[in-house]
Amino acid sequence: MPTLNDYLVLSAILFAIGTAGVFVRRNLITILLSIEIMLNAVNLSFVAFGRSFGTADGQIIVFFVMTVAAAEAAVGLAIVISLFRHRESLNPDTFTSLKW
Amino acid sequence: MLLLIPLLPLVGFLINASFGRRLSKGASGTVACAVMLMSFAVSVAAVARLVGLPPEGRAIEQMAFNWITSGDFSVGLTLRLDPLSAVMILVVTGIGSLIHVYSTAYMHEETDPEYARYFSYLNLFAAFMLILVLGSSFLVMFVGWEGVGLCSYLLIGFWYEKKSAADAGKKAFIVNRIGDWGFILGVLLIFARFGTLDFQDVARAVSQLSPDQTFGTLSIITLMLFIGATGKSAQIPLFVWLPDAMEGPTPVSALIHAATMVTAGVYMIGRNAVLFGHAPLTLNIVAVIGTATALIAGTIGLVQNDIKKVLAYSTVSQLGYMFLAMGVGAYAAGIFHLYTHAFFKALLFLGSGAVIHALAGEQDMRRMGGLRKALPLTYWTFVIGAVAIAGIPPFAGFYSKDEILFKSFSSGHTWLWAVGLLTALLTACYMFRLVFMTFHGPSHTVSHTEAGHEPQDAHGGHAHLHDAPLPMAIALVVLAIGSIAAGWVSWGGRFEKFLEPSFGAALVHEPAAEGNLETTLMIVSVVVALVGIGLAAYYFLKNRAAANKLAETFSGVHRVLEHKYYVDEIYDAGVVQPIQIVSEEGLWKGVDVGVIDRTVNGVGQAIGGTSEVLRLFQTGSVRAYAASIFLGVVAVLGYYFWR
Repeated sequence: MPTLNDYLVLSAILFAIGTAGVFVRRNLITILLSIEIMLNAVNLSFVAFGRSFGTADGQIIVFFVMTVAAAEAAVGLAIVISLFRHRESLNPDTFTSLKW
Repeated sequence: MLLLIPLLPLVGFLINASFGRRLSKGASGTVACAVMLMSFAVSVAAVARLVGLPPEGRAIEQMAFNWITSGDFSVGLTLRLDPLSAVMILVVTGIGSLIHVYSTAYMHEETDPEYARYFSYLNLFAAFMLILVLGSSFLVMFVGWEGVGLCSYLLIGFWYEKKSAADAGKKAFIVNRIGDWGFILGVLLIFARFGTLDFQDVARAVSQLSPDQTFGTLSIITLMLFIGATGKSAQIPLFVWLPDAMEGPTPVSALIHAATMVTAGVYMIGRNAVLFGHAPLTLNIVAVIGTATALIAGTIGLVQNDIKKVLAYSTVSQLGYMFLAMGVGAYAAGIFHLYTHAFFKALLFLGSGAVIHALAGEQDMRRMGGLRKALPLTYWTFVIGAVAIAGIPPFAGFYSKDEILFKSFSSGHTWLWAVGLLTALLTACYMFRLVFMTFHGPSHTVSHTEAGHEPQDAHGGHAHLHDAPLPMAIALVVLAIGSIAAGWVSWGGRFEKFLEPSFGAALVHEPAAEGNLETTLMIVSVVVALVGIGLAAYYFLKNRAAANKLAETFSGVHRVLEHKYYVDEIYDAGVVQPIQIVSEEGLWKGVDVGVIDRTVNGVGQAIGGTSEVLRLFQTGSVRAYAASIFLGVVAVLGYYFWR
């Protein structure tokens, strides 16, 4: 039977992978996917805590996070599409005009 | 009922100020005069009710609303009618009404909006003046005090397109501010000392104290109040604004700068008779300043050539008399002189206004002369006024002036009495000099188109000589009757007795009437007045050459007098210039440019420079931001983890 600790370690690893993906990858869609991984890493720790403490709180919060994540993905992808139409590129480093 | 008295002129002001542009001259003039006359009627009714009360309880009070409440301190907007304010409201509304009527003709050449503006100011002035004299506490009085100052400024500068008029308005306002500074300090001191601002409560509290033998709190309070009075009532050292105030329309000079506003200082001292009575040192200062002002202004008046300037200095001089009376503790005599002076000085000003009107703005007496035939009504009323101010019985001025001189002699101020007598001589002299130069002798009037000089008064108009039109004539005749008869109310000491409740314990009870002394002094002052008239008749009627020769013989004195003792020049060099230099070189170029601007600009530049560097951190790269957020979170968490 895996313990709470095992789940938390797995969650941390997933989160680190997601973070690394956000920084390393040069494709906006991949970055969005990495953010999803980070979110789900957090979801995993919520669920693990909820089970460990014997309450439903963790699972409830996870539903909220999933809902928000779905919305975020929809908005994010829409932005990506309009960015692509604008610059013919998905590399985030080409979008640096928001400065003074 | 009391509230109506100041409220009616205020309504007139609101009407003329709001709709005046669309009203015809007839309409706005009628509104202004009607509210004043109604206010006068209400005042008469109120005073009649007051007189019906028993002498001890003669006061009617009305509170409009509770104005300020703070802890156990509260001031209501309360009006109180007592014998002293009864005299004042009758003067203000009565003479004020006449001057309003007179103005309808005098200002007739203004355009409709200007005409309405004039009457709205005049009504506003009346409202504030009535608040001043009816207010039951220092704070309410102060509202009126400042309000009349404002209206004085507005009306002196009525012809604001003329620079001298605008400057005169500013001068009056600024000089008055110096006085008001003293006044409000006095009021604050009273509050600090007694915890109340109501006149009656202060008087009650003061009467428990023993008089200030040395220079104590009461002396400081009264001195501060007196500084306020010197500003408002044009006494040394703050009298310089009043002669310049003659730039305003002549009825304004009559109403504000002769009959009512300038007497506010005298009224204020009378109102606080108990307070001043407990500060003998201040009273001495008041008496000396008053006498000195009377003499100095009288001597200046002797050589001025502008008809209104002579009257202005005469006003300053007569106000000095009133302060002399206040200073020797003869409060009733001072207020009595205020009351008679309001009649004859308003008459003289309105008479001079009729002359100026007839001559289309000419004010220089050297260009007048021989007007007696052309302006008979003006001439005769003017002579009545001049006789009244000179102090010839049975005209009004005689009673009040003689009373003041008698009181100052009998209270032991022999020197002040002597100077007062000398001033009486001067008064008679300069006033008849004015009469003779203006109305007698050969005519020096010139047609303005030929002479090619600008009229002094911006009040242009008919070039032909004409006597006062009907509204002006009414005012002149009524005031002339007043100048003859106003003094008669004092027969048998009735005036004094009427005022007694207002002054209460402050009245100086001199030893029982010294009949002989009084008669002797009376004869002396009449003789002195006659000598003054005689001198004027000799020098300015019979033998004008002798006057010129006299002026040449004493050319030094003459020059000093003509330049008004160089007071304006001294103030300019001693006060105005230093302030200007300090303001320009020190405060402007030094403090403002050097310190404030540099601080502000320095802060701006420092922020700009810092931002120049900081903006490099803003790359626009989202991933760099995310990385810095991440590193920040790691650092914060790390700190808490390994702490």
